[in-house]
Amino acid sequence: MTMTTVTWDDLDVGSEGPAFEDKPLTVTDFVRYQGASGDMNPIHHDTGFAQKAGFPQPFAVGMLQAGVLASWATDWLGAANVRRFKVQWREQAWPGDVLTYSGAVTAKREEDGQRLVDVEMAVTRQTGGTHLKGWATFVVPA
Amino acid sequence: MDKSIEGRHGKPFRVVVEEGKVREFARAVKSSNPAYLADGQPPTTSPVTFLASSAFWQGPDSSPLSGVELNWARILHGEQEFTFPGPPPAPGTELTAQARVDRVFEKEGKRGGTMTFVDVVTEYRDGTGALVAESRSTMIETSQAPGS
Repeated sequence: MTMTTVTWDDLDVGSEGPAFEDKPLTVTDFVRYQGASGDMNPIHHDTGFAQKAGFPQPFAVGMLQAGVLASWATDWLGAANVRRFKVQWREQAWPGDVLTYSGAVTAKREEDGQRLVDVEMAVTRQTGGTHLKGWATFVVPA
Repeated sequence: MDKSIEGRHGKPFRVVVEEGKVREFARAVKSSNPAYLADGQPPTTSPVTFLASSAFWQGPDSSPLSGVELNWARILHGEQEFTFPGPPPAPGTELTAQARVDRVFEKEGKRGGTMTFVDVVTEYRDGTGALVAESRSTMIETSQAPGS
């Protein structure tokens, strides 16, 4: 991902952040996130456990992709500027999936003397399926 | 899950935003942003979803679902939201967090069966009592196992 500094004038309704195609997801990605977050649910790294629960293999930790989407959005609009970030999970993601992170501005507004942008985002699988949808609000410094 | 758990509060718990944890978390969510990871400098803020790691600080008594019988095989994390009145907290910030069952509601599933939604809200406040962050987790209990 690359860092940019966007300004109010750069952003219009429909302005898109630079889409990011990640490397294929690995169980190592899941384990690293699970260690960092404290959610050690074995369904995301223990094949025997996942299969007993009826899944062919461990599946992705939803909060990992939510976090990567937030990394993508804050690279675009600034780490200190985020005020709201929401995700909704759709279909499961799996090891080997190539996920693309993207989003665009849906509104520009001023509230309490602050300039705000609302963005709508998506994490899409290589199949075209949606892994998660996201919505965020950022302040935009003058 | 029944409506009666609505309004349950967990005990308040302490959360400290720590520099090493911020760096570890930022790498785990594939960031290279200098706001979290500048060489030789402390992070200026924490990643947007960083407070997910406050699970490390939250004991059973701090969970509003403690003692509630849940069938975890049928529970999905459906939605997650974080809101911040200002920038996300910087390392060194000491927070007091408290979680509550904000609401419990039902919807009919697309393929039949009832889905129960539970919103757990956690407020994070600084030493002056000011709200620094709020997390809203929406759990969905399906009438059949997810993925089946």
